[in-house]
This record gives sequence, structure tokens and C-alpha cells, in this order.
Amino acid sequence: MSAPEDINVRQKPAVAATGGGRSTMLATKQLTKNFGGLTAVDSVDFSVAEGEIRCLIGPNGAGKSTLLELITGQLDPSDGDIYFDGEDLTGLDTHKRIDTGISVKFQSPHVYENLTVEENLRVPLQRTDRDVERVLAETLDRIALAEKAETGASELSHGEKQRLEIGMAVTLEPKLMLLDEPVAGMSVDETDDVADLIRSLHDDGMTFVVVEHDMEFVRRISEQVTVLNQGKIFRQGPIEEIEADEDVRRIYLGENA
Amino acid sequence: MSDRLDAGSGSLLGRLRDRLEGPNTIGGSAVFWVGFAVAVAALIAYPQTTDPYTVIQSSRYLALAFLALSLCFIWGYAGVLSFGQVAFFGVAAYAFGVIGINLSSATGVVAATVGAVVAGTLAAALLGYFMFYGGVRDTYVTIMTLVVALVLNTFMAQTAGSEWAVGEAQLGGFNGMTNIPSLTLGLGETGLVLEGNLFYYALLFTLLATYLGLRVLLNSSFGMTMVAVREDEARTATFGYNVPFVKLVVFTIGGALAAVGGVFYASWGNYIDPSVFGIAFAALPVVWVSVGGRESLLGAIGATLAIERMRTGLSSGIGPIGSEWALVIVGGLLLGVILYLPAGVVPTLDDLVDELRTRRTERSQSTTTTEESPE
Repeated sequence: MSAPEDINVRQKPAVAATGGGRSTMLATKQLTKNFGGLTAVDSVDFSVAEGEIRCLIGPNGAGKSTLLELITGQLDPSDGDIYFDGEDLTGLDTHKRIDTGISVKFQSPHVYENLTVEENLRVPLQRTDRDVERVLAETLDRIALAEKAETGASELSHGEKQRLEIGMAVTLEPKLMLLDEPVAGMSVDETDDVADLIRSLHDDGMTFVVVEHDMEFVRRISEQVTVLNQGKIFRQGPIEEIEADEDVRRIYLGENA
Repeated sequence: MSDRLDAGSGSLLGRLRDRLEGPNTIGGSAVFWVGFAVAVAALIAYPQTTDPYTVIQSSRYLALAFLALSLCFIWGYAGVLSFGQVAFFGVAAYAFGVIGINLSSATGVVAATVGAVVAGTLAAALLGYFMFYGGVRDTYVTIMTLVVALVLNTFMAQTAGSEWAVGEAQLGGFNGMTNIPSLTLGLGETGLVLEGNLFYYALLFTLLATYLGLRVLLNSSFGMTMVAVREDEARTATFGYNVPFVKLVVFTIGGALAAVGGVFYASWGNYIDPSVFGIAFAALPVVWVSVGGRESLLGAIGATLAIERMRTGLSSGIGPIGSEWALVIVGGLLLGVILYLPAGVVPTLDDLVDELRTRRTERSQSTTTTEESPE
């Protein structure tokens, strides 16, 4: 586990997108995914260093979610390889990739609607050799749902469901956490809660890849940003540079600028 | 919740209840267990209160209850709707016949029992492996299991010729296999033959043990995994669960349960024929489990006993209603339940009891507050 990085990192001079001297945790090599005639992900070399919070941005259809699904094994690549911690994941089943230390939260909330909050957390937790009751209490606290432990997940608000999902993924103690739009459709307060949650997990040494549209949120959590456009990596670098880049503004930020 | 205070108290009873109770099974209150004990006592006393023929009829219902448990387990808790649980029931019944007829000693019948359960279980494991590792899901599982049952139906129906024999056991084609031995306990040439009341009790206690065993399993972490797979397969895989493997294990256990029922069924009538693989019989477990409640083991058993008793009653006709209406009435029952009680009878009752209890608690709380307030 790397030492907490927090704000100091963001004040460092612009470094390569892999995050300087830290070791590479995740790398894709020439990763490609075709859907019929459409190439959703096109020869992407994407790498994330240990201890980073990397944000993936880009216009709709840029291939962000597809890239995450290729990493978790939800989709099989048409070409290319995926390496995690030096291990070749390509062709492994999803559950085996999870066991190497990857967790994921999909775009739309995927909690077990018919189970209670506590039961939802038990599902991932019971697979680990952690002290279930202790971690359960800690996690409920961390995602601020302790008072709703017995509540059915279907009765949670959108924001609560998103927090619960992050909590479920966190119980596995992943080295790398993939989050697809963790604050989509959330209120300002809820967004703040999630940002705090991510920063605190990051302080504990967790590496993140976050797909997000909300630039305000990206600015709060991220050091390095990768811009995808039409399945290719368009730009990569510190958030300030990306936001200042005219081409990026044109393809993406232009919409809300 | 107050009923559960003594659970987990460290006493033997408390520890036992901890294993038997949980969110995945209905019935955890002291009232429930008292009612359960009374029901079991009534079933134990039942043969003393009625004639031998009725006891034999009732044994048939109990044998079929295993088939209901089998479907309830895989469908209600893992979301795998099999329309062909009768296939494993029938494979075990035929296997019991073939082995039992060839080895007619007491040891032979015991071997037939074990062999038949193994045969039914392996059949389920084999079909499950190809389905779940081949990516067959949802309704395609339903269709494929039904097709397997129907193929067996067609195949067994054409085994009438004398060339269709395994040793001394004639498969018998459409007319079925006769002279299947009764269940026997013991080793050597002769043993305790389970017939009449003995057969009824053997069935009842096996069913009781199976029910309690399944409750423990469903409230264990494996039961939680089953429910997670039922609720969201893709999500469960992203927590590191090997979903095809989980479904294979569940389906295999389901096959074993159906196989136990098949052994009892074949030895009950000393006879088995291809109609066990037919579509009318294949539909019955789906009806029992839908009516009783997919997520209630007790509901599945209760509905099986009730519906089969009703079918027996209708088979001689009631007034102007002839026996040919029996299946129509069962079908109507299924439609009615799907329309008005989609969760099934027992889960609906359970919800009702919960609601009444909550309301009573609220009322007693509000009366307390009124009494305490100065007005």
C-alpha cells in the first residue's frame, strides 16, 4: 500500500499520466472491442499507477463504460490484452478477475433490491476471510447507512443506493476500484458524500478508475484525467491541462462550457 | 422480533434456532415452532385415525412433496425455473426398479436406493453442467429441462419389446415397469420391508429431516449466495462468485431431492411408467410450488399435499363434476394464484401476519401514550 498522497500530488509539476515513479497497476495493450461494424474501444493503451485516482471522461459513446466492462470481463475484447499487477487477465472469467483484487460499481445502481442494506453487504463480505460483523459495522458507518441497516434496499434513495454499492465493492478490499458514474443523478450534498468517501478510501491506499461527467466532481477527486473520444485515448494529463486544452473543450466540455 | 430474543442465547435450543432461522425462510417465531410441532404431531397421529388405504394414498403425496421441495429450492431460491424436475424423479424411479428387480435381496434394495439417488443426482449434474457452463439462462433453462423430460418420455414409451430389458428388469414401454420391490431396510437376504404405516413414517421422517436440513442450508452463507444469484447474476459475479458453479451445485442438490422422491414413488406403487416424464406430470411441481409459494419450503410441501389430496378427491368426481375436470381445476387454481397471490399462499399469509403484528404493536404503543398523556 502506498502512503496517502492527498493534495501534495496535485501540486506536483505535470508528470506522465502513469503517475511518475509509482508502479503500474493496470495496463491495457492495444485493447480493442468491435460491436459489429462499430469499434467502441480502438487500440487503447491505458495504464494506471498504484495509488492513483484516475478519471475517465469523454462524450457519450466514447467507450468509457465498454473499457470498464472489458477490464472486469463482462465483455471479451476483440483484440489486445489486459494486465493487472503484472498478471494477464485476458480471457479470465469475471469472478477470477475479482479475486485478483479488482472491484467494480456499474453505471446504473445494481444493489439487491429485495434484500436489506445489511444483507446486501453480507453477500460480498461472506466470501472474504475478514471479521464479518466488525467490517459490516465499519462499512455501514463509512457509507453512512448504519441507521438503515435493516431497511430494504428498494426503499433507499438513489444516492443511498450508490453509496451502498460502493460499500459493497469496498468490503472486498480491492486494490483497484472501478466506478462508473458514481455521482450521476445525485444532489450536491450526496455528491460531496461520495467525494469524501472516495478520498478517504484513497487515503487508505486504494487505487481508483472513475468514469464521470461531472467536471466539478472530477476536479475534487482526481489528479490525472484520461479523455476518451470515439474509442481512442484523445488526451491524458493533469486535470488543469485537460481543462485548458482547446481540443478537449471542443469535443467534450464545449457542451457544458 | 421479540419472539427471537432467546435465539442465539447460547443454549442448545438457541443455537439450533440460529441455524434454522434467517431472512431466507418463513417462520421463526415461537408461535411458528409450536404450530409446526402440532402439525408434525398431527401427521404422526394421522395413520391411527384413518384406514390403511388412506394412509397409502397419503404416502404418495409425501413422496411427491420431495419433488416440490426440489423445485422450490432451485426456483424459489436460485431463480432457476426447471420444468423438468420430473426427469430426475423418473430417472431415479427407473434406476431403483432396474437395480431392485435384479438384486432382489434386502441388500439389493438398499443398493438400489443408493444407486437410484446417485443416478438422479448425476443426471441433474450432467444436464446442469452443460446448461450453466454453456451459458443457457432464464426461460431457455425452462425449455431445455422440459425437452429433456419429454425426450425421456418418448424414449421410455417405446421400450415395450422384450429386447428392452436390463438383466431381469423389463422396461415395459408405455405399460411401465412392474414388480419393483418395496423399500427395505437391512442387509442380507431379508430385511425390514417398509410398507403401509411403516412406509408412511419413513417418508414423513425423511421429509421432515430434509425440510429442516434445507432450512439450515438456506440460512447459511450458501443460501445467501443462492439468493444473490437469483436477484442479480451479473452483479454477483462481480463480487467474485463463480455463478455457473453455484447454479450447478444448486441444480445438483435439486436433482438429488427429486431423485429421493422418485425412489419413494417407485417403491410406493411397485411400479413406474413413462408418464412420469410426461408434460401433465411435469407441470404439477410448477403448480404446487407456485400455489404454495416459491420462496417457502413449507408452502411447497403444504400445497403438494393439499392439491394432490384434492385431485384424489376429484378423481371419482364430485356431484356433476367429473374426474376429467381435475386438471382443469388445478390449472384454474394456478391462474388464480398467479393473478391474485403472485408470491403464493404461504408468503402472502406470512406478510399478513407480519402486518397484523406491526399494527397491533403500534396500537398498543399508541394506547400506552394516550394513557400516559395528562389529557
